[in-house]
Amino acid sequence: MAGNRGITKWGWVAFFLAPSLLGLIVFILGPVVYSLRLTLYDWNLLSDAKFIGLDNFRELYHDAAFWTAFEHTLTFIVLYIPSVLVLAFLTALLLDQPLRGRAWFRTAFFVPVVTSWVAVAVIWKWVFNPAYGLVNYFLSLVGIEGPAWLIDPDTALYAIIITSVWKDLGFITVMFLAGLQGIPENYYEAAKIDGANRWQRLHRITVPLLTPTTFFALIISLINSFQVFEQAWLMPERFARRGASVIVGEIVDNAFRYNRMGYAATMSWVLFAVIFTITLVQFRFQNRWVHYDL
Amino acid sequence: MNEARKTMTLDRSLPREPWVARRGAPLALQAAQYAVLIVLALIMLVPFVWTVSTSFKEQSGLATATPQFIPDPASLDAYRTLSDRMDIPRLIFNSFFVTVVGTAGQVIFAAMAAYAFSRMVWRGRDTVFLLYLATLMIPVQVIIIPQFILIRHLGWVNTYQGLIIPSLFNAFGVFLLRQSFLTLPRDLEEAAFIDGANRFTVFWRVVLPLSKPALATLTVFNFMALWNAYLWPLFVARKAEVMTLPVALANLAGSSRYQGSVEWNVVMAGAVITILPILIAYLFAQKWFVRGVTFSGIKG
Repeated sequence: MAGNRGITKWGWVAFFLAPSLLGLIVFILGPVVYSLRLTLYDWNLLSDAKFIGLDNFRELYHDAAFWTAFEHTLTFIVLYIPSVLVLAFLTALLLDQPLRGRAWFRTAFFVPVVTSWVAVAVIWKWVFNPAYGLVNYFLSLVGIEGPAWLIDPDTALYAIIITSVWKDLGFITVMFLAGLQGIPENYYEAAKIDGANRWQRLHRITVPLLTPTTFFALIISLINSFQVFEQAWLMPERFARRGASVIVGEIVDNAFRYNRMGYAATMSWVLFAVIFTITLVQFRFQNRWVHYDL
Repeated sequence: MNEARKTMTLDRSLPREPWVARRGAPLALQAAQYAVLIVLALIMLVPFVWTVSTSFKEQSGLATATPQFIPDPASLDAYRTLSDRMDIPRLIFNSFFVTVVGTAGQVIFAAMAAYAFSRMVWRGRDTVFLLYLATLMIPVQVIIIPQFILIRHLGWVNTYQGLIIPSLFNAFGVFLLRQSFLTLPRDLEEAAFIDGANRFTVFWRVVLPLSKPALATLTVFNFMALWNAYLWPLFVARKAEVMTLPVALANLAGSSRYQGSVEWNVVMAGAVITILPILIAYLFAQKWFVRGVTFSGIKG
Protein backbone atom coordinates (compact mmCIF):
# COMPACT_ATOMS: atom_id res chain seq x y z
CA MET A 1 0.00 0.00 0.00
CA ALA A 2 1.17 3.49 -0.77
CA GLY A 3 2.76 5.44 2.03
CA ASN A 4 3.93 2.37 3.88
CA ARG A 5 7.42 2.24 2.46
CA GLY A 6 10.16 1.92 5.07
CA ILE A 7 7.89 1.63 8.10
CA THR A 8 5.17 -1.03 8.27
CA LYS A 9 1.50 -0.15 8.62
CA TRP A 10 1.44 -1.14 12.29
CA GLY A 11 4.52 0.96 12.86
CA TRP A 12 2.61 4.02 11.65
CA VAL A 13 -0.50 3.15 13.63
CA ALA A 14 1.67 2.89 16.73
CA PHE A 15 3.43 6.16 15.90
CA PHE A 16 0.17 8.12 15.62
CA LEU A 17 -1.81 6.41 18.35
CA ALA A 18 0.71 5.47 21.04
CA PRO A 19 1.12 8.85 22.81
CA SER A 20 -2.61 9.37 23.12
CA LEU A 21 -3.55 5.78 23.94
CA LEU A 22 -0.79 5.42 26.52
CA GLY A 23 -1.91 8.64 28.19
CA LEU A 24 -5.51 7.56 28.11
CA ILE A 25 -4.66 4.25 29.78
CA VAL A 26 -2.41 5.76 32.46
CA PHE A 27 -4.38 8.91 33.25
CA ILE A 28 -8.02 8.02 32.47
CA LEU A 29 -8.76 4.29 32.18
CA GLY A 30 -6.34 3.26 34.93
CA PRO A 31 -7.78 5.82 37.37
CA VAL A 32 -11.34 4.72 36.55
CA VAL A 33 -10.55 1.11 37.45
CA TYR A 34 -8.52 2.19 40.48
CA SER A 35 -11.32 4.45 41.65
CA LEU A 36 -13.86 1.64 41.41
CA ARG A 37 -11.58 -0.52 43.57
CA LEU A 38 -11.09 2.33 46.05
CA THR A 39 -14.82 2.26 46.87
CA LEU A 40 -14.17 -1.00 48.75
CA TYR A 41 -11.31 0.39 50.84
CA ASP A 42 -10.72 2.68 53.76
CA TRP A 43 -7.59 4.66 52.99
CA ASN A 44 -6.19 7.93 54.34
CA LEU A 45 -3.11 8.07 52.02
CA LEU A 46 -0.73 7.54 54.96
CA SER A 47 -1.38 4.12 56.48
CA ASP A 48 -2.14 0.94 54.51
CA ALA A 49 -5.46 0.72 52.70
CA LYS A 50 -7.94 -1.52 54.53
CA PHE A 51 -10.48 -3.63 52.66
CA ILE A 52 -13.94 -2.95 54.12
CA GLY A 53 -16.31 -4.41 51.54
CA LEU A 54 -19.43 -2.31 51.04
CA ASP A 55 -19.04 -0.32 54.27
CA ASN A 56 -18.44 2.92 52.34
CA PHE A 57 -21.80 2.53 50.62
CA ARG A 58 -23.50 1.72 53.93
CA GLU A 59 -21.98 4.76 55.59
CA LEU A 60 -23.01 6.94 52.63
CA TYR A 61 -26.59 5.76 52.95
CA HIS A 62 -26.71 7.13 56.50
CA ASP A 63 -24.54 10.21 55.89
CA ALA A 64 -26.74 13.22 56.67
CA ALA A 65 -24.17 15.70 55.31
CA PHE A 66 -24.12 13.92 51.96
CA TRP A 67 -27.90 13.86 51.64
CA THR A 68 -28.14 17.53 52.60
CA ALA A 69 -25.64 18.26 49.83
CA PHE A 70 -27.71 16.09 47.50
CA GLU A 71 -30.82 18.06 48.40
CA HIS A 72 -29.06 21.39 47.78
CA THR A 73 -27.84 20.10 44.42
CA LEU A 74 -31.43 19.13 43.50
CA THR A 75 -32.73 22.54 44.62
CA PHE A 76 -30.06 24.13 42.47
CA ILE A 77 -31.14 22.04 39.48
CA VAL A 78 -34.87 22.65 39.92
CA LEU A 79 -34.44 26.43 40.04
CA TYR A 80 -31.45 26.92 37.75
CA ILE A 81 -32.41 24.78 34.74
CA PRO A 82 -35.89 26.17 33.97
CA SER A 83 -34.65 29.74 34.54
CA VAL A 84 -31.64 29.46 32.30
CA LEU A 85 -33.47 27.54 29.55
CA VAL A 86 -36.44 29.92 29.38
CA LEU A 87 -34.33 33.07 29.56
CA ALA A 88 -31.89 31.73 26.97
CA PHE A 89 -34.75 30.78 24.64
CA LEU A 90 -36.23 34.29 24.86
CA THR A 91 -32.83 35.91 24.43
CA ALA A 92 -32.13 33.73 21.39
CA LEU A 93 -35.49 34.71 19.86
CA LEU A 94 -34.56 38.38 20.28
CA LEU A 95 -31.09 37.88 18.83
CA ASP A 96 -32.56 35.99 15.87
CA GLN A 97 -34.51 39.11 14.81
CA PRO A 98 -32.97 41.16 12.02
CA LEU A 99 -31.92 43.89 14.44
CA ARG A 100 -28.99 46.18 13.81
CA GLY A 101 -26.06 45.53 16.13
CA ARG A 102 -27.19 42.11 17.32
CA ALA A 103 -23.62 40.80 16.90
CA TRP A 104 -22.58 43.28 19.60
CA PHE A 105 -25.23 41.97 21.95
CA ARG A 106 -24.14 38.40 21.37
CA THR A 107 -20.54 39.40 22.11
CA ALA A 108 -21.64 40.99 25.38
CA PHE A 109 -23.80 38.04 26.48
CA PHE A 110 -20.93 35.62 25.92
CA VAL A 111 -18.36 37.44 28.06
CA PRO A 112 -19.41 35.70 31.33
CA VAL A 113 -19.12 32.33 29.55
CA VAL A 114 -15.41 32.78 28.81
CA THR A 115 -14.66 34.15 32.27
CA SER A 116 -13.41 31.65 34.85
CA TRP A 117 -15.76 30.57 37.64
CA VAL A 118 -13.25 31.76 40.22
CA ALA A 119 -13.34 35.32 38.83
CA VAL A 120 -17.13 35.26 38.47
CA ALA A 121 -17.47 33.97 42.04
CA VAL A 122 -15.37 36.73 43.61
CA ILE A 123 -17.01 39.42 41.47
CA TRP A 124 -20.52 38.33 42.49
CA LYS A 125 -19.52 38.03 46.12
CA TRP A 126 -18.87 41.74 45.94
CA VAL A 127 -22.01 42.41 43.86
CA PHE A 128 -24.06 40.51 46.48
CA ASN A 129 -22.43 42.32 49.41
CA PRO A 130 -25.46 43.17 51.61
CA ALA A 131 -24.30 46.67 52.56
CA TYR A 132 -22.35 48.00 49.58
CA GLY A 133 -23.13 45.59 46.73
CA LEU A 134 -25.00 46.44 43.55
CA VAL A 135 -27.85 43.95 43.97
CA ASN A 136 -29.17 45.31 47.24
CA TYR A 137 -28.64 48.87 46.02
CA PHE A 138 -30.88 48.29 43.00
CA LEU A 139 -33.40 46.46 45.19
CA SER A 140 -33.46 49.44 47.54
CA LEU A 141 -34.29 51.72 44.59
CA VAL A 142 -37.57 49.85 44.18
CA GLY A 143 -38.16 49.85 47.91
CA ILE A 144 -37.05 46.29 48.71
CA GLU A 145 -34.69 45.63 51.57
CA GLY A 146 -32.36 42.98 50.16
CA PRO A 147 -31.40 39.90 52.20
CA ALA A 148 -27.90 39.12 53.48
CA TRP A 149 -27.42 36.76 50.49
CA LEU A 150 -24.11 34.90 50.85
CA ILE A 151 -23.81 35.56 54.56
CA ASP A 152 -27.11 33.86 55.40
CA PRO A 153 -27.32 30.04 55.01
CA ASP A 154 -30.99 30.41 54.00
CA THR A 155 -30.28 32.66 51.02
CA ALA A 156 -26.75 31.68 49.93
CA LEU A 157 -27.97 29.01 47.52
CA TYR A 158 -30.27 31.51 45.76
CA ALA A 159 -27.40 33.92 45.22
CA ILE A 160 -25.41 31.03 43.75
CA ILE A 161 -28.28 30.08 41.43
CA ILE A 162 -28.71 33.68 40.20
CA THR A 163 -24.98 33.92 39.50
CA SER A 164 -25.02 30.60 37.64
CA VAL A 165 -27.92 31.70 35.41
CA TRP A 166 -26.05 34.93 34.68
CA LYS A 167 -22.86 33.06 33.77
CA ASP A 168 -24.43 30.36 31.59
CA LEU A 169 -27.12 32.42 29.84
CA GLY A 170 -24.89 33.28 26.87
CA PHE A 171 -23.80 29.66 26.49
CA ILE A 172 -27.35 28.27 26.20
CA THR A 173 -28.47 31.28 24.13
CA VAL A 174 -25.83 30.54 21.51
CA MET A 175 -26.99 26.93 21.39
CA PHE A 176 -30.60 28.02 20.82
CA LEU A 177 -29.48 30.56 18.21
CA ALA A 178 -27.76 27.80 16.24
CA GLY A 179 -30.97 25.78 16.47
CA LEU A 180 -33.12 28.72 15.34
CA GLN A 181 -30.90 29.38 12.36
CA GLY A 182 -31.29 25.73 11.37
CA ILE A 183 -35.08 26.04 10.94
CA PRO A 184 -35.80 26.36 7.19
CA GLU A 185 -37.10 29.79 6.22
CA ASN A 186 -39.81 28.39 3.94
CA TYR A 187 -41.73 26.99 6.92
CA TYR A 188 -42.27 30.54 8.11
CA GLU A 189 -43.14 31.79 4.64
CA ALA A 190 -45.67 29.03 4.18
CA ALA A 191 -47.22 29.81 7.56
CA LYS A 192 -47.46 33.52 6.68
CA ILE A 193 -49.20 32.72 3.42
CA ASP A 194 -51.64 30.63 5.43
CA GLY A 195 -52.25 33.67 7.61
CA ALA A 196 -50.56 32.45 10.78
CA ASN A 197 -49.73 35.32 13.14
CA ARG A 198 -46.46 35.75 15.09
CA TRP A 199 -47.65 33.81 18.08
CA GLN A 200 -48.92 30.90 15.97
CA ARG A 201 -45.64 30.73 14.07
CA LEU A 202 -43.72 30.69 17.33
CA HIS A 203 -45.98 28.10 18.89
CA ARG A 204 -46.45 25.83 15.86
CA ILE A 205 -43.08 26.06 14.10
CA THR A 206 -40.31 27.50 16.27
CA VAL A 207 -41.01 25.68 19.52
CA PRO A 208 -41.51 22.18 18.05
CA LEU A 209 -38.61 22.45 15.63
CA LEU A 210 -36.34 23.70 18.39
CA THR A 211 -37.02 20.69 20.63
CA PRO A 212 -33.86 18.83 19.51
CA THR A 213 -31.80 21.82 20.66
CA THR A 214 -33.84 22.09 23.87
CA PHE A 215 -33.24 18.39 24.47
CA PHE A 216 -29.50 18.76 23.97
CA ALA A 217 -29.36 21.88 26.17
CA LEU A 218 -31.34 20.09 28.87
CA ILE A 219 -29.04 17.04 28.85
CA ILE A 220 -25.90 19.17 28.95
CA SER A 221 -27.14 21.48 31.68
CA LEU A 222 -28.39 18.60 33.83
CA ILE A 223 -25.03 16.83 33.60
CA ASN A 224 -23.24 20.08 34.40
CA SER A 225 -25.54 21.01 37.29
CA PHE A 226 -25.17 17.70 39.07
CA GLN A 227 -21.47 18.54 39.06
CA VAL A 228 -21.96 22.11 40.31
CA PHE A 229 -18.92 22.98 42.41
CA GLU A 230 -16.82 26.14 42.03
CA GLN A 231 -19.58 28.66 42.71
CA ALA A 232 -20.92 26.75 45.74
CA TRP A 233 -17.37 26.24 47.02
CA LEU A 234 -16.18 29.82 46.62
CA MET A 235 -19.15 32.11 47.10
CA PRO A 236 -20.81 31.59 50.51
CA GLU A 237 -19.26 33.14 53.61
CA ARG A 238 -18.08 30.72 56.27
CA PHE A 239 -21.30 30.47 58.29
CA ALA A 240 -23.47 30.22 55.20
CA ARG A 241 -21.54 27.31 53.71
CA ARG A 242 -23.76 24.72 55.34
CA GLY A 243 -26.72 26.16 53.45
CA ALA A 244 -25.01 25.68 50.11
CA SER A 245 -23.10 22.41 50.33
CA VAL A 246 -23.22 20.38 47.09
CA ILE A 247 -22.30 16.81 46.09
CA VAL A 248 -18.94 17.60 44.48
CA GLY A 249 -18.08 19.78 47.47
CA GLU A 250 -18.61 16.75 49.73
CA ILE A 251 -16.34 14.67 47.46
CA VAL A 252 -13.61 17.30 47.56
CA ASP A 253 -13.95 17.72 51.35
CA ASN A 254 -13.69 13.99 51.98
CA ALA A 255 -10.81 13.43 49.59
CA PHE A 256 -8.64 16.41 50.31
CA ARG A 257 -9.65 17.70 53.72
CA TYR A 258 -10.35 14.47 55.64
CA ASN A 259 -8.08 12.31 53.40
CA ARG A 260 -10.84 9.70 53.07
CA MET A 261 -9.99 8.48 49.57
CA GLY A 262 -12.20 5.39 49.52
CA TYR A 263 -15.24 7.22 50.83
CA ALA A 264 -14.79 10.11 48.39
CA ALA A 265 -14.44 7.64 45.50
CA THR A 266 -17.68 5.99 46.61
CA MET A 267 -19.46 9.35 46.48
CA SER A 268 -18.10 10.03 43.01
CA TRP A 269 -19.47 6.70 41.73
CA VAL A 270 -22.87 7.36 43.25
CA LEU A 271 -22.87 10.75 41.51
CA PHE A 272 -21.90 9.08 38.22
CA ALA A 273 -24.68 6.51 38.63
CA VAL A 274 -27.24 9.27 39.20
CA ILE A 275 -26.09 11.30 36.18
CA PHE A 276 -25.93 8.20 33.99
CA THR A 277 -29.42 7.04 34.96
CA ILE A 278 -31.01 10.43 34.45
CA THR A 279 -29.36 10.89 31.05
CA LEU A 280 -30.49 7.43 30.01
CA VAL A 281 -34.08 8.10 31.12
CA GLN A 282 -34.10 11.34 29.15
CA PHE A 283 -32.98 9.57 25.99
CA ARG A 284 -35.64 6.93 26.57
CA PHE A 285 -38.40 9.53 26.83
CA GLN A 286 -37.20 11.94 24.17
CA ASN A 287 -39.58 10.63 21.49
CA ARG A 288 -42.46 11.86 23.67
CA TRP A 289 -41.57 15.50 23.07
CA VAL A 290 -38.61 15.94 20.75
CA HIS A 291 -39.58 16.59 17.09
CA TYR A 292 -37.01 16.24 14.37
CA ASP A 293 -39.55 17.42 11.77
CA LEU A 294 -42.98 18.98 11.81
CA MET B 1 -50.16 20.06 14.64
CA ASN B 2 -51.73 17.84 11.99
CA GLU B 3 -53.35 20.59 9.94
CA ALA B 4 -50.15 22.56 10.23
CA ARG B 5 -48.21 19.62 8.96
CA LYS B 6 -50.43 19.22 5.90
CA THR B 7 -50.13 22.82 4.78
CA MET B 8 -46.41 22.79 5.49
CA THR B 9 -45.88 19.81 3.24
CA LEU B 10 -47.88 21.44 0.47
CA ASP B 11 -46.02 24.68 0.62
CA ARG B 12 -42.54 23.35 1.22
CA SER B 13 -41.91 23.45 -2.53
CA LEU B 14 -42.29 27.26 -2.61
CA PRO B 15 -39.13 28.91 -3.88
CA ARG B 16 -37.07 30.65 -1.19
CA GLU B 17 -37.43 34.39 -1.62
CA PRO B 18 -35.09 36.17 0.73
CA TRP B 19 -36.76 39.58 0.25
CA VAL B 20 -40.04 38.38 1.74
CA ALA B 21 -38.37 36.33 4.45
CA ARG B 22 -38.76 37.57 8.03
CA ARG B 23 -39.03 41.24 7.38
CA GLY B 24 -38.36 43.49 10.36
CA ALA B 25 -40.96 43.75 13.10
CA PRO B 26 -43.17 46.86 13.47
CA LEU B 27 -41.38 49.88 14.85
CA ALA B 28 -42.88 49.79 18.36
CA LEU B 29 -42.04 46.13 18.72
CA GLN B 30 -38.51 46.78 17.49
CA ALA B 31 -38.07 49.50 20.09
CA ALA B 32 -39.24 47.12 22.81
CA GLN B 33 -36.85 44.47 21.57
CA TYR B 34 -33.94 46.90 21.71
CA ALA B 35 -34.94 47.98 25.21
CA VAL B 36 -34.91 44.39 26.48
CA LEU B 37 -31.59 43.65 24.80
CA ILE B 38 -29.99 46.77 26.24
CA VAL B 39 -31.18 45.94 29.76
CA LEU B 40 -29.84 42.41 29.37
CA ALA B 41 -26.50 43.65 28.04
CA LEU B 42 -26.26 45.98 31.06
CA ILE B 43 -26.94 43.10 33.44
CA MET B 44 -24.20 41.10 31.71
CA LEU B 45 -21.60 43.88 31.60
CA VAL B 46 -22.19 46.10 34.65
CA PRO B 47 -20.61 43.58 37.09
CA PHE B 48 -17.41 43.75 35.02
CA VAL B 49 -17.46 47.56 34.93
CA TRP B 50 -18.04 47.53 38.69
CA THR B 51 -15.06 45.18 39.07
CA VAL B 52 -12.70 47.45 37.13
CA SER B 53 -14.01 50.52 38.94
CA THR B 54 -13.58 48.90 42.38
CA SER B 55 -10.01 47.87 41.56
CA PHE B 56 -9.07 51.56 41.10
CA LYS B 57 -10.53 52.67 44.43
CA GLU B 58 -8.90 53.15 47.80
CA GLN B 59 -9.92 50.89 50.66
CA SER B 60 -11.67 53.84 52.34
CA GLY B 61 -13.70 54.58 49.21
CA LEU B 62 -15.42 51.18 49.11
CA ALA B 63 -18.11 51.71 51.71
CA THR B 64 -20.46 54.06 49.91
CA ALA B 65 -24.23 53.84 50.26
CA THR B 66 -24.68 54.77 46.59
CA PRO B 67 -22.42 52.83 44.20
CA GLN B 68 -19.73 55.05 42.67
CA PHE B 69 -18.81 53.84 39.23
CA ILE B 70 -16.16 56.53 38.69
CA PRO B 71 -13.47 56.09 41.36
CA ASP B 72 -12.83 59.33 43.21
CA PRO B 73 -9.97 59.52 43.97
CA ALA B 74 -8.74 56.98 41.43
CA SER B 75 -5.72 55.13 42.75
CA LEU B 76 -3.41 52.23 41.99
CA ASP B 77 -3.29 51.26 45.69
CA ALA B 78 -5.06 47.96 45.11
CA TYR B 79 -2.62 46.88 42.40
CA ARG B 80 0.33 47.93 44.58
CA THR B 81 -0.97 45.98 47.57
CA LEU B 82 -1.61 43.00 45.30
CA SER B 83 1.91 42.92 43.90
CA ASP B 84 3.35 43.31 47.41
CA ARG B 85 1.40 40.28 48.50
CA MET B 86 1.91 37.94 45.57
CA ASP B 87 4.36 37.51 42.74
CA ILE B 88 2.07 38.64 39.91
CA PRO B 89 4.50 38.18 37.00
CA ARG B 90 5.22 34.66 38.25
CA LEU B 91 1.50 33.81 38.46
CA ILE B 92 0.89 35.16 34.96
CA PHE B 93 3.87 33.21 33.63
CA ASN B 94 2.68 30.00 35.32
CA SER B 95 -0.82 30.38 33.92
CA PHE B 96 0.49 31.09 30.42
CA PHE B 97 3.06 28.30 30.54
CA VAL B 98 0.60 25.66 31.73
CA THR B 99 -2.09 26.84 29.31
CA VAL B 100 0.15 27.09 26.22
CA VAL B 101 2.08 23.85 26.77
CA GLY B 102 -1.08 21.99 27.80
CA THR B 103 -3.06 23.24 24.81
CA ALA B 104 -0.29 22.47 22.33
CA GLY B 105 0.16 18.97 23.75
CA GLN B 106 -3.57 18.22 23.79
CA VAL B 107 -4.06 19.36 20.21
CA ILE B 108 -1.03 17.48 18.83
CA PHE B 109 -1.83 14.20 20.59
CA ALA B 110 -5.49 14.45 19.65
CA ALA B 111 -4.66 15.20 16.01
CA MET B 112 -2.28 12.24 15.78
CA ALA B 113 -4.79 9.84 17.31
CA ALA B 114 -7.58 11.25 15.15
CA TYR B 115 -5.43 10.61 12.08
CA ALA B 116 -5.00 6.95 13.04
CA PHE B 117 -8.76 6.66 13.59
CA SER B 118 -9.84 8.38 10.38
CA ARG B 119 -7.23 8.05 7.65
CA MET B 120 -5.78 4.58 8.35
CA VAL B 121 -7.39 1.16 8.21
CA TRP B 122 -6.35 -1.36 10.83
CA ARG B 123 -7.86 -4.23 12.78
CA GLY B 124 -9.55 -3.27 16.04
CA ARG B 125 -9.75 0.42 15.11
CA ASP B 126 -13.44 0.83 15.86
CA THR B 127 -13.19 -1.04 19.16
CA VAL B 128 -10.40 1.22 20.36
CA PHE B 129 -12.32 4.29 19.21
CA LEU B 130 -15.37 3.13 21.14
CA LEU B 131 -13.15 2.92 24.21
CA TYR B 132 -12.21 6.57 23.65
CA LEU B 133 -15.87 7.56 23.37
CA ALA B 134 -16.74 5.66 26.55
CA THR B 135 -14.27 7.75 28.56
CA LEU B 136 -16.22 10.90 27.61
CA MET B 137 -19.00 9.80 29.95
CA ILE B 138 -16.86 9.51 33.06
CA PRO B 139 -17.23 12.62 35.22
CA VAL B 140 -14.02 14.32 36.24
CA GLN B 141 -14.74 13.70 39.95
CA VAL B 142 -14.37 9.95 39.49
CA ILE B 143 -10.93 10.29 37.91
CA ILE B 144 -9.52 13.15 39.90
CA ILE B 145 -8.94 11.21 43.15
CA PRO B 146 -6.85 8.37 41.62
CA GLN B 147 -5.11 10.93 39.39
CA PHE B 148 -4.07 12.84 42.48
CA ILE B 149 -2.86 9.65 44.16
CA LEU B 150 -0.85 8.82 41.03
CA ILE B 151 0.69 12.28 40.78
CA ARG B 152 1.58 12.17 44.47
CA HIS B 153 3.14 8.72 44.00
CA LEU B 154 5.24 10.05 41.12
CA GLY B 155 6.36 12.98 43.29
CA TRP B 156 4.79 15.44 40.86
CA VAL B 157 2.72 17.47 43.35
CA ASN B 158 3.67 21.17 43.01
CA THR B 159 5.39 20.64 39.65
CA TYR B 160 4.55 21.79 36.13
CA GLN B 161 4.42 18.22 34.88
CA GLY B 162 1.88 17.36 37.57
CA LEU B 163 -0.25 20.29 36.45
CA ILE B 164 0.05 19.69 32.72
CA ILE B 165 0.48 16.00 31.90
CA PRO B 166 -2.76 14.50 33.29
CA SER B 167 -4.79 17.05 31.31
CA LEU B 168 -3.12 16.23 27.98
CA PHE B 169 -5.27 13.26 27.19
CA ASN B 170 -8.91 13.75 26.51
CA ALA B 171 -11.05 11.90 24.04
CA PHE B 172 -13.12 14.96 23.19
CA GLY B 173 -10.37 16.41 20.99
CA VAL B 174 -9.82 13.09 19.24
CA PHE B 175 -13.54 12.89 18.54
CA LEU B 176 -13.80 16.45 17.22
CA LEU B 177 -10.76 16.18 14.93
CA ARG B 178 -11.69 12.73 13.66
CA GLN B 179 -15.03 14.15 12.48
CA SER B 180 -13.18 16.84 10.55
CA PHE B 181 -10.49 14.52 9.10
CA LEU B 182 -13.18 12.14 7.83
CA THR B 183 -14.52 14.83 5.51
CA LEU B 184 -11.26 15.24 3.58
CA PRO B 185 -11.17 13.60 0.12
CA ARG B 186 -8.85 10.64 -0.17
CA ASP B 187 -7.38 11.75 -3.52
CA LEU B 188 -5.30 14.48 -1.90
CA GLU B 189 -3.49 11.98 0.29
CA GLU B 190 -3.06 9.53 -2.59
CA ALA B 191 -1.45 12.23 -4.72
CA ALA B 192 1.05 12.94 -1.96
CA PHE B 193 1.83 9.25 -1.48
CA ILE B 194 2.52 8.89 -5.21
CA ASP B 195 4.95 11.80 -4.93
CA GLY B 196 6.80 9.74 -2.35
CA ALA B 197 5.58 11.39 0.86
CA ASN B 198 5.36 9.24 4.00
CA ARG B 199 2.47 9.10 6.49
CA PHE B 200 3.85 11.82 8.72
CA THR B 201 4.46 14.23 5.85
CA VAL B 202 0.90 13.69 4.63
CA PHE B 203 -0.46 14.22 8.13
CA TRP B 204 1.59 17.37 8.66
CA ARG B 205 1.49 18.92 5.17
CA VAL B 206 -1.90 17.80 3.85
CA VAL B 207 -4.34 16.79 6.60
CA LEU B 208 -3.55 19.41 9.25
CA PRO B 209 -3.55 22.46 6.89
CA LEU B 210 -6.91 21.35 5.50
CA SER B 211 -8.43 21.05 8.98
CA LYS B 212 -7.66 24.52 10.29
CA PRO B 213 -11.24 25.33 11.48
CA ALA B 214 -11.47 22.20 13.63
CA LEU B 215 -7.94 22.71 14.97
CA ALA B 216 -8.72 26.34 15.82
CA THR B 217 -11.94 25.36 17.59
CA LEU B 218 -10.15 22.73 19.68
CA THR B 219 -7.21 25.01 20.44
CA VAL B 220 -9.39 27.82 21.67
CA PHE B 221 -11.55 25.46 23.72
CA ASN B 222 -8.53 23.87 25.40
CA PHE B 223 -6.92 27.25 25.97
CA MET B 224 -10.00 28.53 27.74
CA ALA B 225 -10.46 25.36 29.81
CA LEU B 226 -6.84 25.36 30.99
CA TRP B 227 -6.64 29.10 31.65
CA ASN B 228 -9.80 28.94 33.76
CA ALA B 229 -9.09 25.57 35.45
CA TYR B 230 -9.51 25.53 39.22
CA LEU B 231 -10.20 22.04 40.61
CA TRP B 232 -7.06 20.22 39.44
CA PRO B 233 -4.61 23.11 40.09
CA LEU B 234 -6.18 23.51 43.54
CA PHE B 235 -4.87 20.07 44.50
CA VAL B 236 -1.55 19.82 42.66
CA ALA B 237 -0.28 23.41 42.60
CA ARG B 238 -0.45 24.85 46.10
CA LYS B 239 3.07 26.30 46.18
CA ALA B 240 3.63 29.83 44.90
CA GLU B 241 6.29 28.67 42.40
CA VAL B 242 3.80 26.75 40.27
CA MET B 243 0.48 28.32 41.32
CA THR B 244 -1.83 29.58 38.57
CA LEU B 245 -4.02 32.71 38.59
CA PRO B 246 -7.44 31.17 39.48
CA VAL B 247 -6.08 29.41 42.57
CA ALA B 248 -4.24 32.57 43.64
CA LEU B 249 -7.40 34.63 43.14
CA ALA B 250 -9.48 32.20 45.18
CA ASN B 251 -6.87 32.29 47.97
CA LEU B 252 -6.81 36.07 47.82
CA ALA B 253 -10.58 36.29 48.17
CA GLY B 254 -10.44 33.94 51.13
CA SER B 255 -7.66 35.74 52.98
CA SER B 256 -7.71 39.37 51.97
CA ARG B 257 -8.80 41.16 55.12
CA TYR B 258 -7.82 44.57 56.37
CA GLN B 259 -8.91 45.32 59.93
CA GLY B 260 -11.62 42.71 59.63
CA SER B 261 -13.15 43.89 56.37
CA VAL B 262 -12.47 42.37 52.97
CA GLU B 263 -10.20 44.43 50.74
CA TRP B 264 -12.53 44.28 47.76
CA ASN B 265 -10.38 46.66 45.75
CA VAL B 266 -7.43 44.25 46.02
CA VAL B 267 -9.59 41.20 45.22
CA MET B 268 -11.10 42.99 42.21
CA ALA B 269 -7.61 43.95 41.01
CA GLY B 270 -6.79 40.23 41.10
CA ALA B 271 -9.97 39.46 39.16
CA VAL B 272 -9.08 42.06 36.50
CA ILE B 273 -5.63 40.49 36.01
CA THR B 274 -7.14 36.99 35.76
CA ILE B 275 -9.86 37.99 33.28
CA LEU B 276 -7.96 40.37 31.01
CA PRO B 277 -5.89 37.84 28.99
CA ILE B 278 -8.81 35.53 28.24
CA LEU B 279 -11.06 38.51 27.46
CA ILE B 280 -8.56 39.87 24.92
CA ALA B 281 -8.19 36.41 23.37
CA TYR B 282 -11.99 36.18 23.20
CA LEU B 283 -12.42 39.54 21.50
CA PHE B 284 -9.88 38.54 18.82
CA ALA B 285 -11.06 34.96 18.26
CA GLN B 286 -14.74 35.26 19.13
CA LYS B 287 -16.00 32.88 16.46
CA TRP B 288 -13.78 30.05 17.67
CA PHE B 289 -14.69 30.58 21.31
CA VAL B 290 -18.38 30.32 20.48
CA ARG B 291 -17.78 27.19 18.39
CA GLY B 292 -15.53 25.55 20.94
CA VAL B 293 -17.95 26.04 23.80
CA THR B 294 -21.08 25.02 21.90
CA PHE B 295 -19.49 21.95 20.32
CA SER B 296 -18.33 20.57 23.58
CA GLY B 297 -21.19 21.49 25.86
CA ILE B 298 -18.63 21.90 28.60
CA LYS B 299 -18.44 25.22 30.32
CA GLY B 300 -15.35 27.17 31.32
